[in-house]
Amino acid sequence: MNFNYTQLLLAFSPEITLIIGACLVLGADFITQKSVPLSQRVTQSILVGLITLVAAGYLSYTSNQALDIPGIITFDPLAYGSRLCIIILTTLVVCSLGATPGRTQPAEYISLLLLGTSGLIVMPAAQNIILGFLALELASLSLYILTGFDRTRSRSSEAGMKYFILGSTAAAFLLFGISLIYGATGSVDLNLIASHLNSHPLTPLTKISLIFIIVGFGFKTAAAPFHLWAPDVYEGAPVTSAALISSVSKLAGFAFFTRLLCLGLAPLRGNLSFKDSSAGWLILLAVLTLASLLIGNLGALAQTNIRRLLAYSAIAHTSTLIIALMIFNTTGASLIIYYTLTYGCALIGIFTILGLLDPEYKSGLITDLAGLSKRSPLLAGLLGLYTLSLAGIPPLAGFFGKFFVFTFALKSQGLSSPLGILVLAGILFSAVALYYYLGILKQIFVKPGTQAPLTIKLNVATLAALILTALVIVVLGIAPQLIVN
Amino acid sequence: MNALPCTIYLSFTGALLALLIGKRSALGARIVALATALLGLEITLSAAFSYIPNPHGLTTLVNTPWISQLGIHYYLAVDGISLTLLILTGLATTAGILFSWNIEERVGEFFALYLVLIGGVYGVFMSADVFLFFVFYEIAIVPKYFLVAIWGSKNKEYGAMKLVLYSFVGSSLVLAGLIWTYAASGASSFGLPDLIQASSHLTHIQHIEIFGLIFFGFATLAGLFPLHTWAPTGHVAAPTAASMLLAGVVMKLGAYGCLRVALPLFPQAIDFWQPIIACLAVLGIIYAGLIALIQEDFKYVIGYSSVSHMGFVILGLISCNLKSLSGAVLQMFSHGIIAGLLFAVVGRMVYERTHTRNLNELKTMGLGKRLPFVACVFVIAGLASMGMPAFSGFPAELTILIGTWKVSAVWATAAAVGILISAAFTLRAIQLAFFSDAKSVTSANTHAFAPITLPEKLGSILLIGTTLIIGLKPDLLFNLINPALQSPYFENIIKGVTS
Repeated sequence: MNFNYTQLLLAFSPEITLIIGACLVLGADFITQKSVPLSQRVTQSILVGLITLVAAGYLSYTSNQALDIPGIITFDPLAYGSRLCIIILTTLVVCSLGATPGRTQPAEYISLLLLGTSGLIVMPAAQNIILGFLALELASLSLYILTGFDRTRSRSSEAGMKYFILGSTAAAFLLFGISLIYGATGSVDLNLIASHLNSHPLTPLTKISLIFIIVGFGFKTAAAPFHLWAPDVYEGAPVTSAALISSVSKLAGFAFFTRLLCLGLAPLRGNLSFKDSSAGWLILLAVLTLASLLIGNLGALAQTNIRRLLAYSAIAHTSTLIIALMIFNTTGASLIIYYTLTYGCALIGIFTILGLLDPEYKSGLITDLAGLSKRSPLLAGLLGLYTLSLAGIPPLAGFFGKFFVFTFALKSQGLSSPLGILVLAGILFSAVALYYYLGILKQIFVKPGTQAPLTIKLNVATLAALILTALVIVVLGIAPQLIVN
Repeated sequence: MNALPCTIYLSFTGALLALLIGKRSALGARIVALATALLGLEITLSAAFSYIPNPHGLTTLVNTPWISQLGIHYYLAVDGISLTLLILTGLATTAGILFSWNIEERVGEFFALYLVLIGGVYGVFMSADVFLFFVFYEIAIVPKYFLVAIWGSKNKEYGAMKLVLYSFVGSSLVLAGLIWTYAASGASSFGLPDLIQASSHLTHIQHIEIFGLIFFGFATLAGLFPLHTWAPTGHVAAPTAASMLLAGVVMKLGAYGCLRVALPLFPQAIDFWQPIIACLAVLGIIYAGLIALIQEDFKYVIGYSSVSHMGFVILGLISCNLKSLSGAVLQMFSHGIIAGLLFAVVGRMVYERTHTRNLNELKTMGLGKRLPFVACVFVIAGLASMGMPAFSGFPAELTILIGTWKVSAVWATAAAVGILISAAFTLRAIQLAFFSDAKSVTSANTHAFAPITLPEKLGSILLIGTTLIIGLKPDLLFNLINPALQSPYFENIIKGVTS
């Protein structure tokens, strides 16, 4: 490991920017706290947060593979694309923050959010397994607090606690798995691990370590049967935190585990086919895919709370993403990035609107949306757009994400393979998914509402966030080659 | 000719305009919708008149790369078959708008969804890239839900959900089949000509498997027995214009998909599937006819008659010879017009005035005397539907029967029984609804009905005129259809069956 501090500074400049920004938000708020009203503090914090994110975004946009520090951090397409998308999605979340009035500690919230982001953007790029784990923990700890941030609501604290306990357990599993890998290979550098494993076949030790790592993976990406935290967290967390967890955290988690499994542990992939299967993580992931598909889609059918429904639908979407991960070595990073970016935009949009409609979070029932198309045509239209994208209706981006994953999966394996069967199941279950998404749309557009017209004051930033997310979904839908190529 | 793609863009633009104008003025939205529909009709008609059959098959309209990594193109092309169905779309759209002139609730949104649906349909009939085909096909699915669930009648939410889920499951099967074909055959693009070439590399078993997926996926929408159950429920729940479109055009999307995609791509599978599908089609013709015979609800009669008539289309398609295929295409056109007319009478002209569709209640109203225009239109539509000579149903069903006879006399005979049944249930409906004996007319039901409006008259005349013209001179369409079927595009399937 030969590097100097200038190199280090350059490579980690976006992270450093984010951390400085986190301090600045706190500092600025501390200075003005006494003198200005709360609304102004919110605006000020959002503004500082946005400037920080834009700066960090620019720095990571200009970074390239020349900045790689071998064995520590890399800027290959997976890392580069994920980092950029994480910052874009976080920026959208921060823009939408204005939608939740009444928050008493804007600076703390945004500062934690920036801190978490600095962890999240290291995750996809870490070549060093310890660095990656630390980044994951930094991000997770921030997210636990962000989940329980709304101290006035017991639901939020409960969700934060649940997320924290389950998350730490999962992290312990992951760490234990990683330590076993270190024990087996004697290295924490993913490249060295891969080359060591190449010459050593699967041993009982690495098998056990794989299982532990997959537990961590399942938790982080909300894949069944490690999904139990998701419905509670989606329901209890403040909307912006839920948006962050469902979009950015998912993207970073997938990028992190893609690197870990497909590059570091690639020799342990095993073989997945009807004739000659061999042990490895492909089989474990196939089980996770099937479980997520079933539990996500069937669980969503039974939900009456819209946020819990979104959580179960997120579990179902995870199954498609796992398929994308399984074929990563033949397709590259674009599939995962495209899918998570467009999916994240839809969820950020939905959560923002939910926050606008029910700022106090009174009930969160799907039926609360009844008659929205009369009460606020703009929000109804946008919500419809996001939902249709999640349902995978062309020409919106959600459809293309699924289509690409399925096409490439079938291209690499054919239909008469376990992967092919998973794809077929995924396609057929999209009809089940359409049922519950139509349930949402039915409330919005078909059912007559009882409430009076809404007079929601949309501030500029929120409106911008909503319009940008919608644009991403429409534009990337009509022109998916922008990312795929 | 080159203006044809504009029908798609026009419909989507019209939808947006109708939505925006509809907030201010309902009349404005209606006029925008009608203008869009008329323009579309004008474009398709003038394209059909100026069309010179292309001996090589499809005439390309637009072909630009879209997603180059997968070889997906924005590829629009037409031949005589697509043109026939494009004209049908234009006519059915115009008539549908005329018959929904009186919609008062959320007018702008109604016509916006209606036009989006139409844009999707135009797109499907012109797509020569299966991916694009699928995209348009899906665009046509979602608006149906809202059209039925918001503006429908009896059981509207149930009917809408059933309708959309059936369509979506069908389209999922199609999608799976298409991706499989693309992946397994190693095709370089999703363009239909490329795929047809590439699919010849697939094994015989793969042909049979994928054909099954795609054909049944499309046939769900075409109302093939036993996947037809969405159709009667959906048609009955839908508002008039939507039932007209559903029966008139949307069911044709399924049949068109079978003809354009499933059959040419997998000619080797036809021998295997032919007896199975033909049996289902014949069963559908007879079964749906028998059910229509005992319905109390006027609209259900028409709903089941649609299933029965679509059985002829499927039978014609799967018989796979020149006669049966051309008959099937003509039947698609003819049924589109006639079913539209029947739904217009039942759903709009009768129901809006009597507020009942129950045949036993209608019997007591003496509609034959009180609504002579409606009775007259329905008798004409009924005759056309029964397959009387001089109407378009006659040459269509006759050609299908002749074609089918060459493959199997049993199927043809059984299907001919279906025509008898269709005469029976149509005559029963005519008699009960309009010409019940004077004794059963009760005096309580003698208040005056609202007069027939101008849009209703115009719509009726448009549809009746079309079915008469095609019935008297079917060559107008056969001259479009036959050259297309004789082109290299379809040569595999027509050769594939020994007749």
